[in-house]
Amino acid sequence: MIAERYLNAAILAIFFIVPAWALWANEPFTITLMTRAAIFALAAVGLNIALGLGGLVSLGHAVFFGIGGYAMGILAFHAQTVTPLMEWPFVIEGTKSMPVIWLTAIVLSALAALLIGHLSMRTSGVYFIMITLAFGQMFFFFSISWSAYGGEDGLSIWVRNDFPGLNTLQPIQFYGLCLAILCAVLWFTHRLARSPFGLALNAARQVPQRVETVGLNPTRLKLVAFVISGAITGLAGALFADLNRFVSPTMFSWQMSGEIMVFIIIGGVARLFGPVAGALVFVGLEHFLGGLSDYWLVYLGLLLLLIVLFGRGGVIGIVSGREKAHG
Amino acid sequence: MKLKSLMIAAMAAAVALPASAIAETKVGMITTLSGGGAGLGIDVRDGFLLAIKQSGRDDIEVIVEDDQRKPDVAVQLADKMVQAEQVDVLTGIIWSNLAMAVVPSVTAQGKFYLSPNAGPSALAGAGCHPNYFNVAWQNDNLHEAAGAYANSAGYSKSFILAPNYPAGQDALTGYKRFFEGELAGEIYTTLGQTDYAAEIAQIRASDADSVFFFLPGGMGIAFLKQYQDSGIDIPVVGPAFSFDQGILQAVGDAALGVVNTSQWSKDIDNPTNAAFVESFEAEYGRLPSLYASQGFDTANLLISALETADVSDADAFRDALRAADFNSTRGDFEFGPNHHPIQTIYAREVIKEGDVFTNKLIGPALENHADAYAGDCQM
Amino acid sequence: MSFILLVEQVLNGLQFGIMLFLMAAGLTLIFGVMGLINLAHGSLYMIGAFAAAAVAGYTGSFVLALAAALAAAAIVGAIVELVVIRRLYDKDHLDQVLATFALILIFSEGTRWLFGSFPLFLDIPDYLSGPVTLPGGIQYPLYRLFLIVVGLLIAIGLGALITKTRIGIQIRAGENDREMIAALGIDISRLYTLVFALGAGLAGIAGALVGAIQSVQVGMGEPVLILAFVVIVIGGIGSMKGALIGAILVGLTDTLGGIFLPELLKLFTDPATATSIGSSLASMAIYILMGAILIWRPTGLFGARS
Repeated sequence: MIAERYLNAAILAIFFIVPAWALWANEPFTITLMTRAAIFALAAVGLNIALGLGGLVSLGHAVFFGIGGYAMGILAFHAQTVTPLMEWPFVIEGTKSMPVIWLTAIVLSALAALLIGHLSMRTSGVYFIMITLAFGQMFFFFSISWSAYGGEDGLSIWVRNDFPGLNTLQPIQFYGLCLAILCAVLWFTHRLARSPFGLALNAARQVPQRVETVGLNPTRLKLVAFVISGAITGLAGALFADLNRFVSPTMFSWQMSGEIMVFIIIGGVARLFGPVAGALVFVGLEHFLGGLSDYWLVYLGLLLLLIVLFGRGGVIGIVSGREKAHG
Repeated sequence: MKLKSLMIAAMAAAVALPASAIAETKVGMITTLSGGGAGLGIDVRDGFLLAIKQSGRDDIEVIVEDDQRKPDVAVQLADKMVQAEQVDVLTGIIWSNLAMAVVPSVTAQGKFYLSPNAGPSALAGAGCHPNYFNVAWQNDNLHEAAGAYANSAGYSKSFILAPNYPAGQDALTGYKRFFEGELAGEIYTTLGQTDYAAEIAQIRASDADSVFFFLPGGMGIAFLKQYQDSGIDIPVVGPAFSFDQGILQAVGDAALGVVNTSQWSKDIDNPTNAAFVESFEAEYGRLPSLYASQGFDTANLLISALETADVSDADAFRDALRAADFNSTRGDFEFGPNHHPIQTIYAREVIKEGDVFTNKLIGPALENHADAYAGDCQM
Repeated sequence: MSFILLVEQVLNGLQFGIMLFLMAAGLTLIFGVMGLINLAHGSLYMIGAFAAAAVAGYTGSFVLALAAALAAAAIVGAIVELVVIRRLYDKDHLDQVLATFALILIFSEGTRWLFGSFPLFLDIPDYLSGPVTLPGGIQYPLYRLFLIVVGLLIAIGLGALITKTRIGIQIRAGENDREMIAALGIDISRLYTLVFALGAGLAGIAGALVGAIQSVQVGMGEPVLILAFVVIVIGGIGSMKGALIGAILVGLTDTLGGIFLPELLKLFTDPATATSIGSSLASMAIYILMGAILIWRPTGLFGARS
């Protein structure tokens, strides 16, 4: 067994070594793949706060992923067509500035998470899974018929948005940006899990009554976790839209919610690096298996099944045993 | 897909007599080969590869990848084609939403894109690009022809329906652009809906003399079966998508006699088409579809351009594409100023030949028809 | 909006709801007895439709096709239960969601591999096709009436099975107290396999019945699956009565919402906008209904209070 600490370091190292090699070998597509992995990892790290720490099995996180994506799409679309986003009560212009877009994505998805979380947390267990799924479907059908922003065709943005001092069209520079955000969020999550809030949340998940007796409200703790979780997934959505220079309702689909959850399961639930490992494995499989067979989804399904049935704790659990990173 | 492209190269090499590969042209095909709607992508691919094989050229390498009908996967594959494979020409996308995700960025990077199926209005009008060529149709074309056909058939009151998404809205707009009668009703259904009882009841309650619908894939199959079963005998008109070879067998008797509009039919009388239908059936053991013919034409356009110009000389290659000097399965073929076809669109009728449902030409619905957006295109 | 049209639409909503019930009944039974969320239920629906299409194509008999759908789905269900599902009972909902999500991938692509990517043909038999005239001069398709009747018969049969028979008593006991039933010497794992196969068979029959008027293709199960989940969540998970009422509620909301929402909006705004916004709202209507019901009653209409 390898200690989880070393395994985490090794996973992180992949995110530095592979792109460095790709840069040297002039394989820009490998960098694009790594960017995809980093963004998926970020989305799943977000979900893992709700799922792993808060015990909230949300099958509707695509809502936040999509809101982030559309925040980017709509702002950049108005900047591209030089039309104001709204004129009343005050004028809001579109923008191509990444920091502004990110902030918008975070704020909007946090607000959505607050609303959805507040309503959904009246239920629990299976009902919670299903009500989050229902919210996802509402957003999905709304975005398909929202013709002002392309409906099912989605929105195409010609050029990637700007970040001060960088040329984001260079794959390696955009990758660096995504990786920096991923690392920052991982550090934040690590601190969060060990903070008084994280410990209380952990307790609220395991024995809610005990938390209540010390005067904390377990539902409120979980709601805060859900909002943070949604905001991070929303940020990932904005980055994903920028990677593709495109947003569409598929970002809201329930399969997207399922996939984000799949990353966590492949890697290992409630482990800091679980979602990261999972996203890396998923993107790798998609690339290599997809090249071997048109029916690669069968193999992905079999692998998932094996991990759920036998590989307790996902890839990280298999390699480093059952010791948990959090708590 | 390395394996596949090797196979194709080997196939081509076996046919060519002097097996000396010179400057290779790399073609990247992104199309839908798995999940829902895979039948369309498979037909485009098969038609395309058939033409390449028949040309006997061993200097064209085709790399085929599956987009799973997901826009983000298509974008990623396009990046791969451009960055890793360094292809010269891209093609293959079936769906408008995927085309909107991929085409603007690849043409902006100086690559050529030949569309074998999707023709969203944004790419035909203000968003047109010198390196973008559409070999199939602009999305509105077949619906416009259906409107024109409805006039000539003497219909004066149509009930029209389509799913509530951009292609559905374009379809109804296209029909209304040419239809001169009035509307008995206009309904947008939910995308992916498969039960049309409610809509059919509304059709029954209306005083329409004709029904126009655009419901691609499984939606169309479901609608037609339920419509036939309802016992309503108001005639139906639609674009070819719901009556094509790939799905007709699944619709069955419900489709018999329905008139649909298409720029291609297997009985269009010209030698290229006859040879295409025969060789496609010999190669793959099934009748070709509309999509197969589009894939076949796309490949032949590409080959014709490669005969007069090298792809590295972009201006010359573009001129060669624009000339469209190839034998199309549709007969005459020419591009309008926005690189979309100007072509005749026919009315066809669904018939049964032995055990197989197929289409029979009735006659032209719109002759030498160009699209409505060409005027907005500045290039 | 004429009275005849309204009656016809209510019948349509009813028929849609009854077919949803066949799906939802299996789901709610499986959840009630084994505590399992089965996302792969839609795949069993698809398997039923494919088996029916294959047998109908070979023999030309609709009755044999239905029997084949029932048998194929029940057998596949039993095998899946033995190989995979029974390892999931002790796991949390998350693992169940993921494992059955994996089963969807395997079944969908496996079916495509076996049957190809093009839709298959399955049609209504001649003796059930065409419209009939109901009292009041309402023309209505005979097959849809047949669906309503068959669905209701199955619902009644299912009710009798659960309340009257030995196996039904075991099922109800299993829902209430899983340890107790094992202590009574009943072979619990055999009961689980049986319940799962029963649910699967119901889904398979629904797939075949609906496949005859819709289209038989890969991926046909997932939209229905999501609707069936909406149904059991509205009705209260584990409640058979809830599944029936939830199914009819969803069927009516979906059918009537699609017609009345655009008409209603036309009173306030111009027809084009009303059609477009009304249709969007209609496609969200059942999810809004579900959200509202869950906020009002967090465990559904007939769910057990925790």
